[in-house]
Amino acid sequence: MKRTALIALAVLACGAAKLPIEQAVAATQAESRVTAPRVGIDLREQAGQLGFVAALSGFRSLVADVLFIQAYVAWERTEWSRVLMLFRPVTTLQPRSVLFWDMAAWHMAWNAGNAALNNPAQPRLALRIKEQREYLELGKDFLERGIKNNPERPQLYEALARLYRDKYKDHARAAEYFALAATKPGAPSYAKRFAAYELSYVEGREQEAYDRLLRLYSSGEQERLPTLISRLKFLEDKLNIPVDQRIPEPAR
Amino acid sequence: MPHRVFSPSRLGAITANTLTELTRQKVFYVLLVFALVLIGSSLFMARLTFQQEFQVLKDISLGAMSIFLSLLAIVATARLLPQDVEDRTLYTILAKPVPRFEYIAGRLLGVLLLLAISAALMSLLFFAVLYLRQQSAIAETLRQFAGQPQGAVTEAVNTVRSATFNTNLLPGIAVIYLKACVLASLTLFVSTFATTNIFTVFVTVVVYFIGHLQGIAREFWLQESAGGWLSRTFLALVALLFPDLQLFNLADEIIAGGAIPIAVFGKTLALGGFYIVLYLLLATAVFIGKEL
Repeated sequence: MKRTALIALAVLACGAAKLPIEQAVAATQAESRVTAPRVGIDLREQAGQLGFVAALSGFRSLVADVLFIQAYVAWERTEWSRVLMLFRPVTTLQPRSVLFWDMAAWHMAWNAGNAALNNPAQPRLALRIKEQREYLELGKDFLERGIKNNPERPQLYEALARLYRDKYKDHARAAEYFALAATKPGAPSYAKRFAAYELSYVEGREQEAYDRLLRLYSSGEQERLPTLISRLKFLEDKLNIPVDQRIPEPAR
Repeated sequence: MPHRVFSPSRLGAITANTLTELTRQKVFYVLLVFALVLIGSSLFMARLTFQQEFQVLKDISLGAMSIFLSLLAIVATARLLPQDVEDRTLYTILAKPVPRFEYIAGRLLGVLLLLAISAALMSLLFFAVLYLRQQSAIAETLRQFAGQPQGAVTEAVNTVRSATFNTNLLPGIAVIYLKACVLASLTLFVSTFATTNIFTVFVTVVVYFIGHLQGIAREFWLQESAGGWLSRTFLALVALLFPDLQLFNLADEIIAGGAIPIAVFGKTLALGGFYIVLYLLLATAVFIGKEL
């Protein structure tokens, strides 16, 4: 009995000794953002009882994958509400996976949005456009939350820039996000160029766009792509750039 | 020849014997199930793009590795002591000049060695599948980019390569192995006072689940002043009695493409080592006082 009490005391003493070590490791991991945020109670409704337990037991990524596969199947069946309902827990479980945020946004803004716009069951165009706008907002929301969770990665900035460019036709915002993507480590080489292209479409910012495009043009042969040259030519005309300062006409 | 309190050769003999015993019990069948999981999951993945495919493949492989190694650690360790008592081999060993610490440590080292071999084989299998899928994705990319400028082709192939392998997979696997080692050590401790191995497995599985919530209990206990004394006592007991197993789940970040800083990896290894030694010492303390 005495021995059992002594061992119980030893277990508690060791428990007290391990606390500062655990706290230190947890703090280092949180600082480095290598641990996912805590699972909230709302996930139980989204992932189901079993998925919730699995997520609590250290299998968040597996649960996220299972739900992602379900979302994929729902996409094949064009069940858009289900796709949305499944991508919410997927991104909650794996907030550091850029791919999941990107896919969720793509399904909402492009696939579900297009399906809504071409919905044969809805004869009124205004309502179809309204529904498409709602899906675009959902896509934008996924990307913005994804960026908050992964501020150091370029992919989601680029995806948001494409969304502004292709769906909202908001070239100023598109330029802003392409430029942000270009500042992140591992950004694709075209991000800077795309930012300048988008800026060239923005009324009132032509001079800024021209300066950027000219800088890119002067940086070397590899940047002198047909689109860059055509945007520069367009701006030269618009800004009335003197002939002697214009870039040479491309060889035909 | 004088009897030594601690002998590495005696320890080595017990370790080797434990490994042989466990191997004879065909525990490596777990690897077969692991292989089936990999092959089965790849059937669905053929429908995904290569980036999705590699992410899901890595998730499933590392998740399956974690499940199988944890199960192996618990099941293989839980039966060691009861089996030795039942077969009376424990009495034969302890009748010789073998200190009880050496017996416990040797048994644990045997299980850790078995886990290391299993983890290495699973990793080889995982890397082989990943390599094969990478080669097929590269071949497909080259087909799609036929006639494109060389720079674009190289960039596309590099994208496939970076989506497949990264050096961070190795620390991820190391931490999964470490977690299984902690569970083996914990199971050995439980088995020193448990009466049956079913009880040991049950208790360890419960500890496994609570261990993943220990961090939340600890933080609430240490940082929140709200709550009655009853709930605070409960949180304190959870924080003091259970290990924080959530700290060993670094694989998610690695699969998502992130890097594990050396400081984080080092501290996590140190914590794992601390738990293993702690439960080994506690197991020894209980085992020394046990009447056989």
